[in-house]
Amino acid sequence: MSESEHPVDLKHYMRLCAVIFLVVLCTTSAMIAASFSDHLGSGWTGRVTVILAIAVVNAFLVAGYLMHLLSEKKLVYTVLGFTVFFFIGLMGLTLWAMNNFPVGTNTH
Amino acid sequence: MEIPYTVENRPDTGIYNAKVGIWLFLASEVMLFGGLFSAYVLLRVGAPEGHWPHGWLDVRFGTINTILLALSAITTLLAWAACKVREFGKFKFFHACTILLALTFLGIKSYEYHDKWIHYEIQLKDGTFADGHLEEQNDKEVVLHGRIVKDEKDLYDLRAQKDIQLGEVKIDLANIVKMQNYGPWHNTFTAIYFTLTGLHALHILGGTLVIFYLWGPGSKMYKTDPERFTNRIEVSGLFWHFVDLVWIFLFPVLYLT
Repeated sequence: MSESEHPVDLKHYMRLCAVIFLVVLCTTSAMIAASFSDHLGSGWTGRVTVILAIAVVNAFLVAGYLMHLLSEKKLVYTVLGFTVFFFIGLMGLTLWAMNNFPVGTNTH
Repeated sequence: MEIPYTVENRPDTGIYNAKVGIWLFLASEVMLFGGLFSAYVLLRVGAPEGHWPHGWLDVRFGTINTILLALSAITTLLAWAACKVREFGKFKFFHACTILLALTFLGIKSYEYHDKWIHYEIQLKDGTFADGHLEEQNDKEVVLHGRIVKDEKDLYDLRAQKDIQLGEVKIDLANIVKMQNYGPWHNTFTAIYFTLTGLHALHILGGTLVIFYLWGPGSKMYKTDPERFTNRIEVSGLFWHFVDLVWIFLFPVLYLT
């Protein structure tokens, strides 16, 4: 958020924040609607996918605009690149291992 | 000795040192919360069919807290922008709003924790289960505001049960096999719920203390070195936005799915 890259205009930020807040309100409402909706079927996977997809939109707004990640320096992107790599690895291993029960154990 | 690159950008990184530091710290935080989210996934998919709770948390409180954190993220950004344009009064106002919003968030979270703390599941000798909020306990009986169910599975999916009748339930102590509140020890859901939200609440508390310091005694620096002070506000703001980001995923994962 350095000044040279982001000439600061407080009124511009207030307008931007108002828009972001409205979008966050809408996306939060959409998540709640998706959670209680009967139209998404009874399956857990589909419902979770829709809700988390909406949460990602919310997260993009916060990271992209409030944290100014859309216009950061290369070093920050490099740090985050490594983080994303290891995070995907962590979640990937979790998903890979989640049905890997030892032989003879109770798998419900 | 003067600390280098607190205001001007370092030539090789292109940003000032504190900003490099906070981003490295946030990267480690992503992995910390990522580990706990992965634990949640494993516990969730490993739970036997029908044994993962639904509707145990009040969506209204979660929604209010989501809005409070979103607002606080916005006031944090506006506090930084006010510092940038040298409007100290507005900075003070916006950061005071952030602190109040954060304290309200923690107040609501504390209420939710208290609600779980006084919520009991009691296994009775006849094989049924009493469930509800503790109203009174003496050396003869326990009084709950709740209900009695035949099967423990009936206590898991509250969303599927549209018409739950609650009332006063009196239980003799002699009829109790086991009595346990909905603390972290109750089951894997409450364990991961308290771990995730407790760690998040600690981050909120820590962030609030830092923001309070920068709003109060720490704001003296604004008069002597406003640019460095503004950078401090930016770094604390980046942490605060991260805390908001974590909640953006905690809310749907714990309250809505």
